[in-house]
Amino acid sequence: MSHSGAFLYDAPGPRARRRILLGSVVSALVLAGVFALALVQFGRTGQLDADRWTPFLDWPIWSYLLVGLRGTALAAALVAVLAGAFGVLLAIGRLSRNRPVRWLSTGYIEVARTLPVLLLIYLMLFGLPAYGINLPVLWKLVVPLTIANAAVVAEIVRAGVLALPRGQMEAALSLGIRRGQAMRFVVLPQALRHVTPSLVTQLVSLIKDTSLGYVVAFTELLYRAQVLSAYNRLLIQTFLVVALVYLVFNGALSYLAARLRTRVRRQVAPPSDPAEQAADRELETPVVR
Amino acid sequence: MTAVIENLDPLLRALGTTVLILVVSAVGSLVLGVLVTVARVSPIPVLRGAAWAYVQVFVNIPLLALLLLAVFALPDAGLLMPLTTTVIVVLTVYEAAYVAEAVRSGINTVAAGQVEAARALGLRLSQTLRHVVVPQAVRAVVQPLGNVMIALLMNTALAATVGVVELTSAVNKVNLVAAQPIPIFTAAGLTYMALALAIGLAAGRIEKKVAIHR
Repeated sequence: MSHSGAFLYDAPGPRARRRILLGSVVSALVLAGVFALALVQFGRTGQLDADRWTPFLDWPIWSYLLVGLRGTALAAALVAVLAGAFGVLLAIGRLSRNRPVRWLSTGYIEVARTLPVLLLIYLMLFGLPAYGINLPVLWKLVVPLTIANAAVVAEIVRAGVLALPRGQMEAALSLGIRRGQAMRFVVLPQALRHVTPSLVTQLVSLIKDTSLGYVVAFTELLYRAQVLSAYNRLLIQTFLVVALVYLVFNGALSYLAARLRTRVRRQVAPPSDPAEQAADRELETPVVR
Repeated sequence: MTAVIENLDPLLRALGTTVLILVVSAVGSLVLGVLVTVARVSPIPVLRGAAWAYVQVFVNIPLLALLLLAVFALPDAGLLMPLTTTVIVVLTVYEAAYVAEAVRSGINTVAAGQVEAARALGLRLSQTLRHVVVPQAVRAVVQPLGNVMIALLMNTALAATVGVVELTSAVNKVNLVAAQPIPIFTAAGLTYMALALAIGLAAGRIEKKVAIHR
């Protein structure tokens, strides 16, 4: 047994194995029962009829949704690049020895982390046009998402820099390089590699956030789904299919993040000290949004 | 500022809705999240798989897609609940996945010796989990759980997209009439910041109170 809870119990003996088998059967039955209830409910209202699902075997519908997926990818890529660059700058700013820079970065991060993105989007949509600021639709989505995600990226990068042994910076400085250079050539490259898994996880959350394009009427996957469902009246089917598309793409990215996480952990020498081990595990705590 | 003061009554009512959604789904997602974590570390493979699938689904599908599905699509299958209730249910099951992830990383911080000691005392697995592992795991992740709750607060704003009149929605409505975006949105932003600050401070105090000094 190698899953994360394995240390909670001994290797099962014959009696425990019987109990586990019984538990498996009972929980499988309960889960199947819930699933069957849902299917019956769906079937009774005609949601399982074949003609409500076969449209999704046709290419035109998929090509329509794929245009949306392209919009999702475009928005996500823009936000990832902008928020990534901005976030690294903010992280350096928050770690800077220059007091105004540090305060400004800290203030920005703390404010941006506690504002709902939707509030910023409404401000973009209905507030700023009154002052003559009316961006194209894509940017009405990208700017609020960048504002919010930059703060999160900054915190991830900062955690990575702080987790690096102080000796790295000290060694660089004692070689006579300037502080900024040491940051750029020694500290940041290592810190970024260390937090790559968290950054990939953040990418997943960012892709999920682009679904707010639904609100600003930007052509991304969820918006297309809504238009499509208004046209074909297959609401449940359309939204389930689109949810599945999100699940497949983001699931693949999440899997990548998990793989990277185990690889990063293996590269770092296995910690023996329990306190160190605990600190290491703390880094794994997912950044949420 | 006059627009905010003139509309204080509907805005406060909307704030009440936001807080109601926040509190109910916070409690619900904490309970559900711990249960999912327990299933995820249980010796029963079926439960483990189900809990894993649960977390994957809600961590990878956008909340907005789930909200639209629950509010606009599921009534077609005869599943209709009051609007605010639907939003609370969706937020609860969504955020529970993040709670489960946080608590699971807390379980990793519980030393194996603790479990061995519990077993040596004759506690069964359910007792070990209830009295030894989960209390320590949750205490180790108070701060991350606070962050999940702040994310939950941010996510309550999405209720506006399906027609619930909570703070973001009310603010937008007031602005559409009064057309003073800067003061109105600033007031809303400050309110959200104050709520998030309150959650953060509460998490800090709780952590200090329950922290285990190792």
